[in-house]
Amino acid sequence: MSASQWRRAMNSAAAAAAPTLAAQPARVPRPAAAAAGDALDAPPWLDRLGARIRLRHAVVLAAVVLYPLVASPFFTYQIGAQSLALGLIALSLTFLGGYGGMVSLAQMTVAGLAGYLVAIFGTSSMASISLGWPWWLAVPFALLGATVFAAAVGWLSVRTEGIYTIMITLAIGVAFFYLAQQNYTVFNGFQGLSKIAAPELGGVDFKEPVAFYFVALGCALAGYFLVKHLVRAPFGVALQGIRDNPRRMASLGYHVTAHRVAAYAVAGLLAAVGGVLMVWYNGRISPGTVNLAQMISILIIAVLGGMKHPIGAFVGAIVYVLLQNFAIDLFVRERFNLVIGGVFLAVVLFSPDGLLGLWAKLRSSLVRTQISHQKRRRP
Amino acid sequence: MKATKRRVWIRSIVGAAAATALMGSAWAQETLKIGLLANLEGPFAVPGQDGYRGAEMALKEQKGMAGGKKIEFVKVSSDATPDKAVAMTRKAVEQDKVQIMIGPLSGDEGIAVKNYAKTKPDITFINGSSGAQATTLSDPAQNFYRFNTEGAQWMVGLGEHALSKGYKKTFLISEDYGFPYSQVQGFMASYCAKGGKVVDKAWVPLGTKDYASVIAKIPKDVDALVVVLGGSDAVNFLTQYEQAGGNKPMIGGSITVDQTVLNYKGKRRESLLGTMSAGPMADSIDTPEWKKFVAEYKAEFKDGFPSPSLFAYLYYINTKATLLALDAVKGDLSNGQKAFRAALQKTDFKGPAGEVKIDNNRNGVGTTYITEVTKAPDGSFYNKVVKTVPNISQTLGLPEADFKKMGLGSRDVPDCRT
Repeated sequence: MSASQWRRAMNSAAAAAAPTLAAQPARVPRPAAAAAGDALDAPPWLDRLGARIRLRHAVVLAAVVLYPLVASPFFTYQIGAQSLALGLIALSLTFLGGYGGMVSLAQMTVAGLAGYLVAIFGTSSMASISLGWPWWLAVPFALLGATVFAAAVGWLSVRTEGIYTIMITLAIGVAFFYLAQQNYTVFNGFQGLSKIAAPELGGVDFKEPVAFYFVALGCALAGYFLVKHLVRAPFGVALQGIRDNPRRMASLGYHVTAHRVAAYAVAGLLAAVGGVLMVWYNGRISPGTVNLAQMISILIIAVLGGMKHPIGAFVGAIVYVLLQNFAIDLFVRERFNLVIGGVFLAVVLFSPDGLLGLWAKLRSSLVRTQISHQKRRRP
Repeated sequence: MKATKRRVWIRSIVGAAAATALMGSAWAQETLKIGLLANLEGPFAVPGQDGYRGAEMALKEQKGMAGGKKIEFVKVSSDATPDKAVAMTRKAVEQDKVQIMIGPLSGDEGIAVKNYAKTKPDITFINGSSGAQATTLSDPAQNFYRFNTEGAQWMVGLGEHALSKGYKKTFLISEDYGFPYSQVQGFMASYCAKGGKVVDKAWVPLGTKDYASVIAKIPKDVDALVVVLGGSDAVNFLTQYEQAGGNKPMIGGSITVDQTVLNYKGKRRESLLGTMSAGPMADSIDTPEWKKFVAEYKAEFKDGFPSPSLFAYLYYINTKATLLALDAVKGDLSNGQKAFRAALQKTDFKGPAGEVKIDNNRNGVGTTYITEVTKAPDGSFYNKVVKTVPNISQTLGLPEADFKKMGLGSRDVPDCRT
């Protein structure tokens, strides 16, 4: 093997193995060229968009749009829509944890609060509690309330690091669970609030599986691209700097606390949208929606998928929902939780970066194999 | 390099195996699938397993057949939350394509599944063991059947029995959710009507560990305590009440005086004697049907409880009613299951603990057993049946208008302080 071959092999393997994030700056020079050449043909933002879209993006987008046309209502609603809603909540954790270095267990609490607020501002089974606002008023206020709550959680917990952040957000989440369970004037205690339905709009009933799926898909795509955009915007880059070295960022003049609280607020908004989708999906909300097991399941989804890239949250959610529904058909029925636990354990054990990490490893090892083939062909 | 290749190979094989396993699970053709929902996780995992046992017993008695078809259970599991119960019912109905669905286990799950049943008019839903009043009383579903009686019915007759013992003034301690509300209403409906007074109610959250503030509130001049707590809550209360020097007799709910309480080893153990409670069955029913049921259960399930639990019994009668109706129509589920539903409505058979039949709301009308804790010759304690109250309807023995006026049980309904 010549020196140049060796170098080429090393470079391609390294590029494939490197996380997507590190690979992206390489494409930055493109806009300059575009501005010189085709500025007259297309607006620069469209061109930039075109430069970023790869074949796999188009394939995934086509798949998720066509999915409800081929899938049964059960798969559309219970698997598809639920994965998207859960994925959106997990995405908020990926953003906080993966890019901000702050693992918060309270994301399900934020989502649950948004769900409760939709029920309280809008209509539910408890006419004495619900204010009966129309949905287009109830939903924005619910999102606002949950975002403010998330920012407050952030304000409390950004002074801590690592395991202490987990502890303090855990405490907030559990406290909220007990508040919801024991308060009867606002949260209606153990039984919670029911008969909360997605709205009807222009003759389309959004309770129907396909319509609801597209609402969830729209929200999920918006959330995904928001995160994709944010992590490359100055705010997101500063956030990643803060994750890696808060002291240096502070000395460069960045307001570390403000950045972190803002990250909590953004994540809170994502979780709140997911929470509104969840409450529409279930048609009801009770303390069981925000209990410890649910809080941890969001962490499991995020870790399962991989926290290095926003798509991981959705991949994790799909696997989680599939396991929840079908593990019981795979194994001795009384022991089906073993399958779920086993898969989680296996993923975390063999790939600390979750399923995305597994995919990246697989791809890089395939590339390496190809190279070794080429080498053998050319003696 | 070779090792890497092999690793890739192994990984793709593992992946392919997992994918095949997910896709698989094909079903045989000549069978009728019945969905069966109970709990294998969450707080009712152990009772849930006994629920499955009850359903399996009913099927085994029929040799696995009903209406000339082989019956196959499609088991799904909830964790006692309504969300999961609906999700799993939806899976059985929409994915596994069952036409008859049995379940769920607990009250709030029952209400949620009933609401889901309304969106699937072609499927027939039969209750498992859930016992919330609202399931069949407020906004019932035409295709949801419940052959067991519910939480309020289970307590009918206990009020009169307490009065006959001279307990005219009582203090209530109860968990704060739907099922105990129903139980308390069942007790108070007749107790208040016949002149008893419940001077105050203490509602405690499920899973309360510290009862000191509740015990401090108990007035000196009450005759007895009505304790509607379940499992470990009951034992915790009992221990702390004893330590505080309390000595009032107790009246228990249907799931209060169970084996954990009967095996209580505190100093006041003897004072448990005479504690009364009520329920749709009791371990010591003295009829051949019950003894046969217990003997079958023991023979079939070596890993089961010493005697079938409430959940095994309730799943048993609901499954049995389903299978008998299938036999009656020879497995004919055509025409929107019209004939099958008519047969369900006409159900009337002698179950292990009394007659099983339903009213026009498709809710069970049945027998309640009033028991008292008694010492067996070997020194152990058990619930002895002292009174049998047959034919209890969901209006708790009141005329329907009077019952409607009272409304469903809640924290403040009924009320008879003074």
